[in-house]
Amino acid sequence: MAARPAAPGPTPLVPLPALSPRPAISLWAKLEWHNPTGSVKDRPARWMLDAAERDGLVEPGDALVEPTSGNTGIALARLARLRGYPMTVVVPDNVGEERKALLRAFGAEVVESPGERGANGAVEVASDIAAAGRHTMLFQYANPANPQSHYERTGPEILEQAGLVDAFVAGLGTGGTLMGVGRALREADPATRVVAAAPPAGESVLGLRSLEDGYVPPIFDPAAIDARILVSTADAVRATRRLLVEEGLFVGLSSGAVLHAALRWAERLEEGRLVLLFADAGWKYLSAGAWEGTVEQAAARLNGRLW
Amino acid sequence: MSVEVMIPTVLRPKTGGQAVVCAEGTTVREVLAAVEAVHPGFGPMVVEASGALKRFINVFLDDEDVRYRQGLDTPVADGATLLILPAVAGG
Repeated sequence: MAARPAAPGPTPLVPLPALSPRPAISLWAKLEWHNPTGSVKDRPARWMLDAAERDGLVEPGDALVEPTSGNTGIALARLARLRGYPMTVVVPDNVGEERKALLRAFGAEVVESPGERGANGAVEVASDIAAAGRHTMLFQYANPANPQSHYERTGPEILEQAGLVDAFVAGLGTGGTLMGVGRALREADPATRVVAAAPPAGESVLGLRSLEDGYVPPIFDPAAIDARILVSTADAVRATRRLLVEEGLFVGLSSGAVLHAALRWAERLEEGRLVLLFADAGWKYLSAGAWEGTVEQAAARLNGRLW
Repeated sequence: MSVEVMIPTVLRPKTGGQAVVCAEGTTVREVLAAVEAVHPGFGPMVVEASGALKRFINVFLDDEDVRYRQGLDTPVADGATLLILPAVAGG
C-alpha cells in the first residue's frame, strides 16, 4: 500500500489590518504556503492524481510528465514519489534555480524548455513527450480536477473562515484557483466578485512567433471572472515588500501582485471584505534578489523570468 | 483624446516596427480604428470582422482588461495607456 499523505489544507486565513486602504475595507489573506510543498499547488496536484487513479488512467509504475513554471511540478513530484510514479517535469529554462533544485530534491527529472517561449513552450515540450507514448500527462491547464480541488476544498475553507466575501483575488496562471474558488463563493453569494491578478507578460517572456501561439487554458472560462488586472513586475515587487514590512509576511511575487490588484479593486468599493489568495512564500525568489536594492533594480533582475 | 497604444512584438510588423503608437479616440474601438487608419492591416489582427475582440488578444486600459469594462466601447481618458497582449499560459 503506497503512502497516503493527508489531503492539503486547511490553510490559515489572516487579516491584513495595516494594508486596509479605508476602515470599511477589510483584507484577508489565505496563506497557501502552509501546504506540504509550500504552495497552493498541493491541492490541484492531489486532486489530479487521485482522479487519474480513480479513472484508471494511471497506476503506480507509470511515468508522468507535466509542464509547469515550478510549483505544480514540485507538488506532483512529491506525490509521484510517494506513490511510485517516475516523474518528469518540463520547466522554462528561465525559472529560478530554487525551483529546479526543489524539483530534483523531490525526485523529478527536470527537462528545460526555451525560456523565451514561456509556459507555452513548456506545454509544447511536455506534449511532445506525452505524445511519444511512454508518459501520461495530467495537464493542469485542461484537467477539471484542478479547479475541482478549489471548488471542493479551498472555497469551502474560505467560506468557513471568512463568511461571505465581497471579492476574491488570486493570481491567474492556469485559472484553476479563480474558477474553483470563484464558483464555490458565488454559490454562497452570487454578489461575490472574482478578480484576477495577471502577471506581466514581458516581451522577453512572451517571444511569441505568431498570434496563433496564444493560449487560453481550457479550464479557464473568461466569463467566470469579473476583472483582470495586469500587474507590472515593479508593482508586484513593491507590494511584496510592503507585505514583509507592514504585515511581516514573507510572500512570493505573485502574492504581491495579488495585493496590488486587490488594492486597485478596493478603490471602487465603499466597503467590503476581500479575500486574497497568497500562493507561495518568498523562498524561491531569493536568488533573484527580490528584496535587495531598489524596487526598480529588483524588477529589472526579475524581468524576463517567470514567477 | 490622445492615447498611447503599446504594440506587442508579434504585431509590430503591422506598425512599421513601432512599439508605441499614439492615437486619438474616445473609446477603445475608436483608438484601435485610428491605429488601423495609419497602419492598414493592424485592425484585423486585433478585432474580428464581427467587431468583437479576438479571442487570443487581451487589451488592457490602464492595466485593466477591457473585456470586464465595456469591451471595445470602454471610454478612454486623455493620456491613458492601451496595452495589447496576446494570451499566454501561466502556472
